[in-house]
Amino acid sequence: MAIFVFADQQHGSFKKAALETLFFASQMAARQQQEVVAVVMGEIDQPQALADLGKYGARRVLHVNAGWLNDFDAQLYARVFKEILTQHEADLCVLPHDFNGRALAPYLAAQWQAGLLTGITSLPDEHGCYQKQVFSGKATAWIRLLPKRQVLTLLPNTFTPTGKEGQAKVEQWQPAQVNAAQRRIRVKEVQTTQGRVPLTEASIIVSGGRGLKGPENWGMIEQLAEVLGAATACSRPVADAGWRPHHEHVGQTGLTVRPNLYIAIGISGAIQHLAGVNGSKYIVVINKDPEAPFFQAADYGIVGDAFEVVPRLIEAIKKYKGIS
Amino acid sequence: MKILVCISKTADTTAKIAFTPDQKSFLETGVQFIINPYDEWYALVRAVELKEQYPDTVLHLITVGGADTEPILRKALAIGGDAAFRVDLQPIGIEQVATAIAAHVKQEGYDLIFTGKETIDYNGSGVGGYLAGLLDWPFVSLATRLTYDGKTVVVEREIEGGREIAEAELPLVVSCQKGIAEQRIPNMRGIMAARSKPLQVMAAPPEAQQPAVQIDHFALPPKKSGVHLVEPGNEEELVRLLHEEAKVI
Ligand SMILES: Cc1cc2nc3c(=O)[nH]c(=O)nc-3n(C[C@H](O)[C@H](O)[C@H](O)COP(=O)(O)OP(=O)(O)OC[C@H]3O[C@@H](n4cnc5c(N)ncnc54)[C@H](O)[C@@H]3O)c2cc1C
Repeated sequence: MAIFVFADQQHGSFKKAALETLFFASQMAARQQQEVVAVVMGEIDQPQALADLGKYGARRVLHVNAGWLNDFDAQLYARVFKEILTQHEADLCVLPHDFNGRALAPYLAAQWQAGLLTGITSLPDEHGCYQKQVFSGKATAWIRLLPKRQVLTLLPNTFTPTGKEGQAKVEQWQPAQVNAAQRRIRVKEVQTTQGRVPLTEASIIVSGGRGLKGPENWGMIEQLAEVLGAATACSRPVADAGWRPHHEHVGQTGLTVRPNLYIAIGISGAIQHLAGVNGSKYIVVINKDPEAPFFQAADYGIVGDAFEVVPRLIEAIKKYKGIS
Repeated sequence: MKILVCISKTADTTAKIAFTPDQKSFLETGVQFIINPYDEWYALVRAVELKEQYPDTVLHLITVGGADTEPILRKALAIGGDAAFRVDLQPIGIEQVATAIAAHVKQEGYDLIFTGKETIDYNGSGVGGYLAGLLDWPFVSLATRLTYDGKTVVVEREIEGGREIAEAELPLVVSCQKGIAEQRIPNMRGIMAARSKPLQVMAAPPEAQQPAVQIDHFALPPKKSGVHLVEPGNEEELVRLLHEEAKVI
């Protein structure tokens, strides 16, 4: 038996969440003496990258090397996946709980007639239960899947791959029942913000709230993010007011993030904001109000005016990193 | 055109989350329930806007749940929609919800189905995709913009560090999030009109009866041990703590 993993890639580079998922699957496989098979869709620039998936725990790589699969399409990908899983008589498939994974996993589960559990954060315990955040991070549930055939998605930033040695065996795989003519979603344009760390993949996030008074004051937030190699985020009113783009909005009605370090600047820490960020490993709060609720969820804090504290913090980090 | 919007009932965002002493179930006492924000603010409002643009559109709402979801459905009807359907079933998990809705779709026939990006209680993020998979329709998830010119749907969705713009024909399932529409507050006329709109209760189809998941128990997150405050002016100490103690930089 093998565990199948969706190794999602963009222009030949594998997504961080996909590598985490491979690593997670390899931990699971080790317990049950199974092997991990990575499934890669679309053309790839660097063939070596396929064999290198072995470093993350893949024993075999099935590469569906077709130009018509370069653009993601949940329907098409699910059909190809289902063909692979059926041919290999598989029972378990794991995908990252990221933008594509969240679309593909339920589609595949429906077509492959499998049980579905999304956004898990742990390996199964001795009762076969997976942990999953519920109520947008305000609680954890232990959930078990009843059907034998299972599709899981793993929340990003929960498993950190530790370097392994090894190369995977790469095989080309061609679907027999799926082809280009079945595509019903035509991708017209892809826009990526160059040089920025995507919020969902960031291990450090610098986030600003209404306490920053206006979009013109985001220079220091960007600068702090830059010296830390971090992504930037914001609270909901900041996105609603158009100070920052919508995709930076985190919280219960925005993005849920769980970086290693979340730095909240001028954010009060309303329950809806905390819901989206309290999975972060460490939280630093900078707020001039000592009564701000965010301090109760913080690990470290500075009670002070952001306009004074942040520039000094940037200097302190530069000094620590030896940047002048 | 015929549009279906999937509506879910969730605990209010400010609800205090607590569980029964055996940790097996969510304590509903004193909790306010609302329409799941992604369903209300984004999926429903975008559908209502399309009906405003194409007045001959038929707009239906559906929920899978007990009689306690009816006030939520009425509230949704006050924002817009011609009729609502409730599949009488207490679902546990994505499969049951999607299977129940798929049965209705096959019977009633729709061109476009909207769901919210996820519910804010179980955060499954799967009903739209599972439903599309059961119907074998194309699916676009996490849409931030959508336009329809009478033939082609152009939809923008979020991807890692950017966005993707794609075209599709109907039928189509779309899961919606922030950006696709702006929240609307129902007005008095809408609330009055909603009272007399049809709300049909349907028995759950046999294939939706069996849950595929089982919740063993819940727990609240461990309490933080307390914040370590650093004096303003002493930012270098914070950097040291982040490096030596937390080991995150
Ligand atoms: C249904 C619903 C869903 C919601 N979903 C979300 C969500 O997903 N995400 C979200 O963020 N919010 C959400 N909210 C809104 C949430 O309730 C809060 O209103 C919001 O998080 C407040 O944003 P803020 O902290 O930036 O602003 P404020 O509450 O205005 O806080 C500003 C903070 O800045 C501090 N400050 C001011 N000046 C300075 C200074 N010079 N230096 C340092 N600190 C300063 C103040 O002390 C204050 O604590 C939701 C609300 C509802 C009703």
